[in-house]
Amino acid sequence: MASFKPTKVQFLPKLGEKVTEETLYWKNYKSPVQIKEFGAITKIDFSPLPPHNYAVTASTRIHIYGPHSQEPIRSFTRFRDTAYGGSFRGDGKLLVAGSEEGLIRLFDISGRVALRQFAGHSKAVHVTSFLSDGFRVVSGSDDLSCRVWDVPSAVELSSLTEHTDYVRALAPSKLNPDLFVTGSYDHTVKVFDMRSGSSVMTMQHGHPVECVLLYPSEALLVSTGGRYVKVWDLLKGGQELVSLKNHHKTVTCACLSSVGNKLLTGSLDRHIKVYNSSYKVVHNFDCDASILSMAIAPDDEALAVGMTNGVLSVRHRRHQKDKETLTSRRRRGPSYQVFVKGKNFVPRQDDFLVSKPVKQYLRKYDKQLKSFEVSKALDTALQTWTRTSKPDVTVAVIIELNRRGTLKNALAGRNEESLTKILNFLLKHIFDPRFSRPLLMVGDIVLDLYQQVFHESPVVERLLQRLMEVLGREAELQQELLQVLGILDTLFASLTPRKEVMAHAAPPVAQESQLQAA
Amino acid sequence: MVETSDIRVVRCGGSKVNLTPPIISSDSRFVLCTSGDLVKVYSTRTEEWLHSLQGHTNQVTGITLNPANHLQVYSCSVDGTVKLWDFIDGILIKVQLVEVHETVEIFLSSGLCVSACPECFQLVSVHLPKSAEQEVEAKEMSAVSSHISKNPSCTAFGRGGEYIAFARHLQLNVYFFRKQKTYSFSLKATDKKGAKNAFTCIACHPTDDCIATGHEDGKIRLWRNFIHKKEYTYSTQHWHHNAVNTLCFTPEGTHLLSGGIESVLVQWQYGADNRKEFLPRLGGSILHISASSDGQLFCTSHSDNKITVIESSFKVCGVIQGLVKDAVLTDLMIDPRSKALVLNGKPGHLQFYSLLRDKHLYNLDIVQQEYIYEAGLDQFEVVKAAFDIKGSWLATVEERGKKSSDLEFFLKLWAFDERTQSFVLNTTITAAHTDRIISMCFSSSEETTMLVTAAEDSQFKAWCQGADADTQQDQNFWSCDFVGSYHKLNPTNCSFSADSSLLAVSFQEVITIWSPDTWEMLTTLCQPPGVIRDLCFGRLSCSKYLLGTTTKNLLCCWNLLTCELEWSTSVDVSKLQPDPFSENVAAFSYQSKHTDLFVFKPSEPRPLFTNKNVCSEKVHRAVFVPREEPLNSCDESTQWLNRSQLYFLTQNMDLLTFSTATEEDRMLSSSKQLVIDDSVAVTPFYLLLGKHRQQQQKLNTQSHPVSDKPQQTQGSVTIKELLHTPAHVLPAASVLCSMFVNSFLISNTGVQQDPLSWLT
Repeated sequence: MASFKPTKVQFLPKLGEKVTEETLYWKNYKSPVQIKEFGAITKIDFSPLPPHNYAVTASTRIHIYGPHSQEPIRSFTRFRDTAYGGSFRGDGKLLVAGSEEGLIRLFDISGRVALRQFAGHSKAVHVTSFLSDGFRVVSGSDDLSCRVWDVPSAVELSSLTEHTDYVRALAPSKLNPDLFVTGSYDHTVKVFDMRSGSSVMTMQHGHPVECVLLYPSEALLVSTGGRYVKVWDLLKGGQELVSLKNHHKTVTCACLSSVGNKLLTGSLDRHIKVYNSSYKVVHNFDCDASILSMAIAPDDEALAVGMTNGVLSVRHRRHQKDKETLTSRRRRGPSYQVFVKGKNFVPRQDDFLVSKPVKQYLRKYDKQLKSFEVSKALDTALQTWTRTSKPDVTVAVIIELNRRGTLKNALAGRNEESLTKILNFLLKHIFDPRFSRPLLMVGDIVLDLYQQVFHESPVVERLLQRLMEVLGREAELQQELLQVLGILDTLFASLTPRKEVMAHAAPPVAQESQLQAA
Repeated sequence: MVETSDIRVVRCGGSKVNLTPPIISSDSRFVLCTSGDLVKVYSTRTEEWLHSLQGHTNQVTGITLNPANHLQVYSCSVDGTVKLWDFIDGILIKVQLVEVHETVEIFLSSGLCVSACPECFQLVSVHLPKSAEQEVEAKEMSAVSSHISKNPSCTAFGRGGEYIAFARHLQLNVYFFRKQKTYSFSLKATDKKGAKNAFTCIACHPTDDCIATGHEDGKIRLWRNFIHKKEYTYSTQHWHHNAVNTLCFTPEGTHLLSGGIESVLVQWQYGADNRKEFLPRLGGSILHISASSDGQLFCTSHSDNKITVIESSFKVCGVIQGLVKDAVLTDLMIDPRSKALVLNGKPGHLQFYSLLRDKHLYNLDIVQQEYIYEAGLDQFEVVKAAFDIKGSWLATVEERGKKSSDLEFFLKLWAFDERTQSFVLNTTITAAHTDRIISMCFSSSEETTMLVTAAEDSQFKAWCQGADADTQQDQNFWSCDFVGSYHKLNPTNCSFSADSSLLAVSFQEVITIWSPDTWEMLTTLCQPPGVIRDLCFGRLSCSKYLLGTTTKNLLCCWNLLTCELEWSTSVDVSKLQPDPFSENVAAFSYQSKHTDLFVFKPSEPRPLFTNKNVCSEKVHRAVFVPREEPLNSCDESTQWLNRSQLYFLTQNMDLLTFSTATEEDRMLSSSKQLVIDDSVAVTPFYLLLGKHRQQQQKLNTQSHPVSDKPQQTQGSVTIKELLHTPAHVLPAASVLCSMFVNSFLISNTGVQQDPLSWLT
């Protein structure tokens, strides 16, 4: 005697993004922590030393946050005007920042007052950074110049004025203390060498450059500007490797993850895109406002995003441990013990074992189907919870009923309330390509069965009216899509070159036959 | 043309076991059933086929236990004989020729036969003469009724054979042997509620005067008091929703068993009509039910060629499955691993059947849905299946909705699991094509497996395992690799060449040749009009040839190197089957109501072997089955059977094969060797034990070479006889005593060794 085979719920893959390792990795962030700042956040920089505090430059102050604190653990407020580009030195002890008035200030992170002030720029300094030896500071300003300053003596070492527009991007080399890369609104990216005192390489980005970024190997350079992200190969003399256009507004910031050097770009279109090593977008973070700055902590522990509305949102990485504590807490309880009672008993050698037949557990609708209670089975499948969270189960039961030839019986003899349920379900799911076929059949049967009595219930009548409207709209849409498809087909057909089907060596007999076939 | 006589067509394996009710021997150890012209004996405990009773020359139509001796069984056959067998040893005891104007059809109980005329079935009582001869002619017979239903379950013997009840359409007749009188009762065709009252089966209560009748609308009526013509009564019960196929009373008469198309065995308590027990989901619809004489076991035979053995506690304890071939939709296939024949089995399943042992191996559930036994319900059926060359993949197509407009079908791919030794579902493709899949084949190369499906939506698709590179997880799933079409024509066939370097897809009248590596169409071949029906590549030395058959009675062979037609001939080929182990190709042609077979090599248009009039029906399915050990026949006409054997299925669902003379000789000699004590169920364990025992016996005789009682061997026969004969049949003890004592004496003829004999 074969056992009852339960209804098979078809697993239909959803169209859209495919789940890969990368998406799983990037999905593994907790929901963001929002911190309100006083103005637009223009720069975020993580300290290279643990515990990886980060400096957030917004309005006239720089706040330093701890990795998990929501309140700043330190703040630098001695700016008369807007501060820009606060960034740490390689040892995490000093911080340099430019400002709207053109002054560059150097802070000890444990102090409040600026240790040094570098004066010389005539306009706002938007980007500042330490060179990798730690004794020099480089700055880029709206007065079209880049200057290098000596920290101990607070003296300007050199001034480079090769750019013809605002300098808004800067990246010092970590391997060579004399190299740095600047990007400017004159659409160029330049690599400067302090030893020669001039630029050694110039790349045309084609749009005002908002951000430049060097890969840790320093063979690749990323520049963002306009809607484009471009990757340059420095070893090949600044050849463009790839140009990415995945944002639909200006790309303002870019950073590299420390695990696998994945590129992340943030844009005014409120999205952060994560690229894999072949520069395909693998993940997308959505934010509430246009993104101005972004930084990722070492080991990708946290992703901090600064936005135009002054909100700093920090996403922390979810760890396996957190998940475990959650699930273990849920599982603990006496009921589990009851279920496993005696399950791990090992019979001794001379025990006589009486095997109990394994009981087949069936879902409620399966039990009802087993006893041919078709209406009840449909009711069970249409219960609110199943209907809303597992519509595929409901549809599977409908398909099973149809296969048994009893769908009409199951739908017949219903009152207004249960009919409303069915019609609502139809309204919600009839356009899902996975379900539309069985649901259209249900619609037909319902119309056949109840057409005499529809007018008695205004609720059902209204639902039907809506169903008719949406169906009409969908039909129109489908027709239009088909038209587009037809247009595309003709375009493709005219584009593809006419290919000779026959092999050249084919004998005349076969050619004749082809003619016949044609 | 070579015409030979030493190759003959043999009906092989898997005849129906469900034609007549099976019977259980009185000790409940054996189940006997008819199977073609044999009576097969199975063990109830192990479900093994023990042996068969051979001797009838035509379909056996009925068996029953000899009421006088429960170790004997009567069988009757269309050949007009009734035979008496000792079914434990398989010995034919007696043959009775029954001379009726037509053939004997049904055998019911001792002394009654039913004979058949072409237009009407007649019930005839035959007196079986008692004589010691082996072959007797039964001449004494009298007609009981000249019009009975042709359904044998519409006739039944009443209490102790006093009367016989038989029904036809709406009339129930009871014939009393003693009075030689028939009473008849009739029902109306329909009543107000639209019931259909035609009789479908009858059973008589073994001890009570009660007849149970089953009806077309599922009602069961219990008739009582039918000795009177007018004052008869009946009570009605209704559970079955379709016709009741069979009824059976348990030997004590406490219960009534009924079965119908729903495949539920229903047990009604006699007297308390409302108490029922059910045993659902037994398999195909129930055709016959029988009970053992002690009431401990029941047997049901099902429409899917199956016998189920059920304990009286309503638990299935054994299943005897024959080859199911009622509705074969798939091709005949050979599982490359088990070398089993694979075809449609029970609904929604594929069956694996060992032709060598004539034994059902297992069923593979393809549809995985509850089968509803209801007449006229359109359910999923497996319509196509294909194995890849190593047997590690199986592709199946299941279909539903042939009649209605919306066709539903699934393409499923199954991977062979080494651990469980069966196929496991890997991928289900819900909308593989927009219309019905017509043809399907796996590429035959060892390295890459590729499946090509051709469908009526004028496309063919190639499916590959893990072709989608984006998904980095399991690469084991199948996905579409290529979609091809040709001038919006409907494809009719697809076939891979032997080394999988070429794919041939026929579109109506045109054959296109594709390269599966680049998916480039290499060339097209066209022949004089006629839709391509079959397509196959040559093998081995003939791999440069492509064979095709058309609906316009043409068999063509192309040379693929020159792309020219090599030869063509005008034959109406219904099935073209290449042998995977040789160059040979078998073609079945149907002409003027009989089928001919041609076996040829594509390289030469002269056939190696022809067999005219193989059978009278069309042949659509055939398969070459590899032999376990190749024959080494040198005869030109039988050489093609050396490596493999050709099986084919006719339209009447007969599975036939060709056997050579040498093969039959070998079979005969091997069957003589194999003599097993059949009184014990043959199980592997038994065989092992038997061997062990034989060895032990040998050891015993070696260790005790001289028994201390040498005279025992002489006396033992008598003693045995004495001790084993029932006491009440023995003569008086005084008569026996002297004989008994004498048996212990040592005869004088032998050398006197021991003076101290027993009697001193």
